[in-house]
Amino acid sequence: MNKNQKNSRRQFLKKGLIAGAGVAIGGGLVAAYVDVSAAETGEKVKVLTTDGEIMEVDKGLLKLPRVSIAESHKGIPGRKFVMVIDLGKCKNARKCVEACQKGHHLPQSQEFMKVYLLQDSEKTAPYWFPKPCFHCDNPLCVSVCPVGATYKRTDGIVLIDNERCIGCKFCMTGCPYSTRVFAWKHYPEFDEDKEPYSPEASSPGKEGTVSKCDFCPDLIRIGKIPYCASACPMGVIYFGDVDEDTVTNGTETLQFSKLIHDRAGYRYLETLGTRPCVYYLPPVDRQYEVDRGFGDLEESVKERYKDTPYSKKNKQ
Amino acid sequence: MELEQKNPLRDFSPQLERTSILGYAWIVFLLGVIGLGFYAFLAQVYEGHEVTGMRDNVVWGVYIVNFIFFMGISYAGALISGTLHLFKTAWRKPIIRMAEFITIIALLIGPCFILLCIGRLDKLHYLVLFGRIQSPITWDVIAISTDIFGCFIFLYLSVLRDLATLRDYELLQLPNWRKKLYRLLALGYTGTPEQQQRLNRATDIMAAMVIAIAIIVYSVLAWIFSVTLQPGWHSTIFGPYFVIAAVYSGSAVLILCMWVFRKIYHLEEYITKKHFVAVGVIMLVLAAFFGYFTFSDYLTKWYGSEKNDELLIQLLFKEFYWPFIISNYIGVLLPLLVVGIAKLRTITNITLTAIVVVIALWLNRYLIVVPTLESPYLPIQDSRAAWLNYSATWVEWSLTAAGVAIFCLLFTLASKFITIVPVTGLIKEEKKEDILV
Repeated sequence: MNKNQKNSRRQFLKKGLIAGAGVAIGGGLVAAYVDVSAAETGEKVKVLTTDGEIMEVDKGLLKLPRVSIAESHKGIPGRKFVMVIDLGKCKNARKCVEACQKGHHLPQSQEFMKVYLLQDSEKTAPYWFPKPCFHCDNPLCVSVCPVGATYKRTDGIVLIDNERCIGCKFCMTGCPYSTRVFAWKHYPEFDEDKEPYSPEASSPGKEGTVSKCDFCPDLIRIGKIPYCASACPMGVIYFGDVDEDTVTNGTETLQFSKLIHDRAGYRYLETLGTRPCVYYLPPVDRQYEVDRGFGDLEESVKERYKDTPYSKKNKQ
Repeated sequence: MELEQKNPLRDFSPQLERTSILGYAWIVFLLGVIGLGFYAFLAQVYEGHEVTGMRDNVVWGVYIVNFIFFMGISYAGALISGTLHLFKTAWRKPIIRMAEFITIIALLIGPCFILLCIGRLDKLHYLVLFGRIQSPITWDVIAISTDIFGCFIFLYLSVLRDLATLRDYELLQLPNWRKKLYRLLALGYTGTPEQQQRLNRATDIMAAMVIAIAIIVYSVLAWIFSVTLQPGWHSTIFGPYFVIAAVYSGSAVLILCMWVFRKIYHLEEYITKKHFVAVGVIMLVLAAFFGYFTFSDYLTKWYGSEKNDELLIQLLFKEFYWPFIISNYIGVLLPLLVVGIAKLRTITNITLTAIVVVIALWLNRYLIVVPTLESPYLPIQDSRAAWLNYSATWVEWSLTAAGVAIFCLLFTLASKFITIVPVTGLIKEEKKEDILV
C-alpha cells in the first residue's frame, strides 16, 4: 500500500468520524477487538466502537471485532453505508471474489460477490458486473423471513444470524438478485475460523443455513473498507457513507452525491422497488476491452460465461 | 331402528375383520418403500442437503412440488365433501368418507415435505418461538395447523355414527382391544334425537368451516410464491389458481380411490357408474376452470411480456415442452372430452383420465416452481451443471415415493379400522331417496 492510499483512507476516516466527534471515549466494547497478547507496533489506529465512539488503539493489538448477535442487530449509530461500483473500470480480475471468500472463510462454491458478464440487449455493449448484496432499504428477504434471522440495521446493513436461521430458503426466493447462498453441507473452510460466530463476520459458516455479502461491518468498525473494495486492483468498488456524502475505494475519496450526479449512477433493477444501497456507474470510457476479463481465468470460471450472448456471438 | 334392518355392516365387516395374503404383501411392499425413503432421509441428514438436486438457484425442488401436491389433494375432502354435505347431495354418502380420508392423510403428509426442504430441522421450533407474523411462512404454519385440526374434527364427526354402529354390532369378529377402542371413540353416542340433532348441527358448521379454512390454506400457499418478485410467481391470480388446481387434483384422486376400493372391497353395489360420472362432472367443471386460469395467467405473461417473462415462457416451451403440454393442454382437455362426450363416459375411461389429471397437476406444480427458479433476473452464470439446471436425485425421488407409500399405507390402515363407506343410515337413505340407482 503506498503513502497516497494511506492518506486518502485517513481522510475518509477523518471525514467519517466527524459524526462521532465530541463524544467521550468508551472502552468496554472495544476491549473485545484488542488482542492484548499480541505485540505492539507503536502505530495507532482509530477505532469506532459499537456506540459510535472513537478510540485509538495500537495497530498490532487489533483483531477484527466480533460483536455479539444481540449487538449485531443494532447497527453502527449515525451511519448509513453505501457502495458504488464503477462498471467502466471492471475487468473481471476477480480479486474481490477471492478476498471476500478468504475473509469470510468461504468454500469455492460459495461466493458472496459474483461477477456477471452482462449485456442488456443484442446491440448494447457487454460489460462485467460485480454484484454484492444490495442491502436494500426495502428488503424482501427481511420481510419474508419467518423467524427474524435476517434483519435490516439502522446503518442500512442487512445481516443474517445463522444461529437463528432455520434454512427454509424463502429469503433466497425472495431476493430478486440471486444474492444469497446456502450451505448445502459442512464445508471444511468453515473450520478455519476459530473465533466465535458473529453475524457481522458471517463466519464461521453453518451447514443448512443461508449467508450472503455483509458489507463487512467487522472491518468498518476498525475503519477499514470491505474486503472486495480494498482488494480490487482497478479501484472499481467504492464504499462509504451516504450521510457523510463520501465514498472511497482506498485510493481516492469522492463525494458520493457528485459522483452519482456526474457519472449518472443508477441502481440495478430500480423498477423492482427494493431500493438498493449499491449504486452502479455505467460502463462508459472503459479502461479495458471486455475480452481482457477472460485473460487469466481458471478454465472452470471461463466456462461460466460460455453461454452468454456475447461469448456465443464471438464463437460464430 | 336402523340396525334391525338388513345391516349393511354384514357387507363391510370382512374388510375390517380379515386381511388377505395379498393385503399383507401390499403392506410389506409399502413399508419397504417407506424404508427406502427413511434411508434417503438419513443420507440427507448425515451428508447434508448436497445429496439433493437443489442448489443456490433452484433452492426449492421436488419437495416443495410434493408439498403443494399433497396439500392440493387434501382438498378432496375439504371442498368436495364439505360442499356435497352442505348441499345435501344424496349420492355423496358412499364416497364422502374416502374424500375425508384423502383430506386428512394428505394433510398429514404434505407438511412433511416442506420439512425435508428445511436446512436446520433442529431449529424448527423457532417457527413458533420467534415466529414473525409478517412472513407468509408463519401464515402457512397457522393456516395448515388450523386446517389439520378442523379436518380432524370434521372427519371425527362424520365417523361417529359408524363408530357407534361398530360398537353395537355383536357379530363383528374383532379382537377385544378394537371393540374397546370403538366403544371409547363412540363417546356414548346412541342415536337419540337430541344427539342426532347436535351431531348434524356440528357437522354442518364444520363442513362450512373446512371449506373456508381450506381456501385460506391454499391461498396462503400460493402467496408464498406470489408475494416474491420472481418472474412467473409475482401474479395476482395465483391464490384462486392454486385453489382451483387443488380441488381439481382432489377430485381426480377421489376418483382413483373410488376405483381402487370398489375393486378390492367389491363395492360395486354401492359405488356405481353414477358416482363416477357425478365426480367426473365435478372434475370436468374444475378442468375448465383450471384451463381458464392457466390460459389467463400465461396469456398475460406472454402477450405484454416483460423480458424475464419472455425468457420464462421460452424456457417452458423449449426445455419443459412435454411437461408443459401434458399438464396444461392434455391435463385440461382430456377430462373435457372424456366426461363431456357421453359415449366415452365409462368407469374405466373416467379413472384413466383421473390418472392423467393427477400426473398433469403434479407436473403443473413442477412447472410453477422449477422453471422460475431457473430463470432469475440475473442470468445464472455457472460452470457447474447442477447449478444451471435442477434435476432431482435418488434421495428426492425415494422420499417422494415414500410419501405416496405413506399415503397408501395410511389409507389401507384407515379402511381396516373403519368402513370405507359410511354404513349407518345407508339403507335408510337408500330407501328414502333411491340414491344408488
